[in-house]
Amino acid sequence: MNPVDTSRRAFLGGTAAFAGVALAPGILLYEYAAAKAPGEAVSSAVRWGMLVDTTRCASGCTACVDACHSEHGVPKPARPTDAQWIRKVELKDLRTGAVRSAPVMCQHCAEPPCVDVCPTGASFKRADGIVLVDRHTCIGCRYCMMACPYKARSFVHEPTAGQKTDTPRGKGCVESCNLCVHRVDRGGTPACVEACADAGHRAIVFGDLNDPASEIAQRVRAATTTQLRADLRTDNGVRYLGL
Amino acid sequence: MRVIAAGLLAFVLAGVAWAGSRAPVLDAPRGEKCVEDAATMRRSHMDFLRHQRDETVHRGIRGARHSLAGCVECHANAKDGAVLGSPSHFCQGCHAYAAVKLDCFECHASRTRAAQAGRPARSP
Ligand code: SF4
Ligand code: SF4
Repeated sequence: MNPVDTSRRAFLGGTAAFAGVALAPGILLYEYAAAKAPGEAVSSAVRWGMLVDTTRCASGCTACVDACHSEHGVPKPARPTDAQWIRKVELKDLRTGAVRSAPVMCQHCAEPPCVDVCPTGASFKRADGIVLVDRHTCIGCRYCMMACPYKARSFVHEPTAGQKTDTPRGKGCVESCNLCVHRVDRGGTPACVEACADAGHRAIVFGDLNDPASEIAQRVRAATTTQLRADLRTDNGVRYLGL
Repeated sequence: MRVIAAGLLAFVLAGVAWAGSRAPVLDAPRGEKCVEDAATMRRSHMDFLRHQRDETVHRGIRGARHSLAGCVECHANAKDGAVLGSPSHFCQGCHAYAAVKLDCFECHASRTRAAQAGRPARSP
């Protein structure tokens, strides 16, 4: 994501949203009206998404990043080539000095460029909007990494060890945020959302954007939220408030 | 293709010669019985797994009958909670005997959830 693109107008929109949140605090009920049974197939009636409230996200906090990597058995990234599923980004408006901090991960695009370019069909979008890599089919060509506007994907360069049962991962495949699909399929919430709430910030809301009664749908209806690089019209499932 | 065919043949022969003196001695599984009878599993477990993996990855169907994680939970070594590691570990032992390359665990966890969490390797 390119910080320069956070135009002055977007920032002004953000301040208005800031006030909106302050007026209605505490509406943080977790409900999943459309949770499916584990044995049921996913359906397009659901569109999973996340809302990142940058007014609540704490600068310097990495609770979501740490939780993600430990949930998926990804070693703490140390080198530029290490896999990284989610990262913290700081944005500064140079004119006003306003600083916003937010996690950036796969945006679960409705029109995902990674899927468009994948020559094998390994990159795909599930019916419920979650974008995944089927590692059984991925040949590691990394086209998807080039195509992703958000640098959300990583290539695994070295043999892996200590995998988690729910997150197979190995050398030679590309991987990225899978929205904790193993949890979501069982009616749960992504690890980052939980960790952020546990850290007391509650800056990430997860839910079904298609369900008008869900918290996330109500929040995105009530306030102006931003899709990163909305000009690309990838229609991201992850939205940001206060940018 | 020929290599795979030879592998499969060896595997089938292994099933036929199961009671033979050179059959591997494998870790005893947990529980009364497998999801299918032993002969069916020996011959077809790879097909079951391949079918279910697509159902799970693409359609989000969880908790069905033929899951690799399920294999590991029941067949792991009672001490270290793994299906790989020595000629008596369940998956490795048989695949080595049948001379079939075992790729699953280059990506998938080869240890039980309990072992990953540092708890006793396998529930009794
Ligand atoms: S953010 Fe990148 S990896 Fe995720 S769906 Fe969009 S293009 Fe694909
Ligand atoms: S690296 Fe894998 S998922 Fe990405 S484009 Fe190539 S085959 Fe598809």
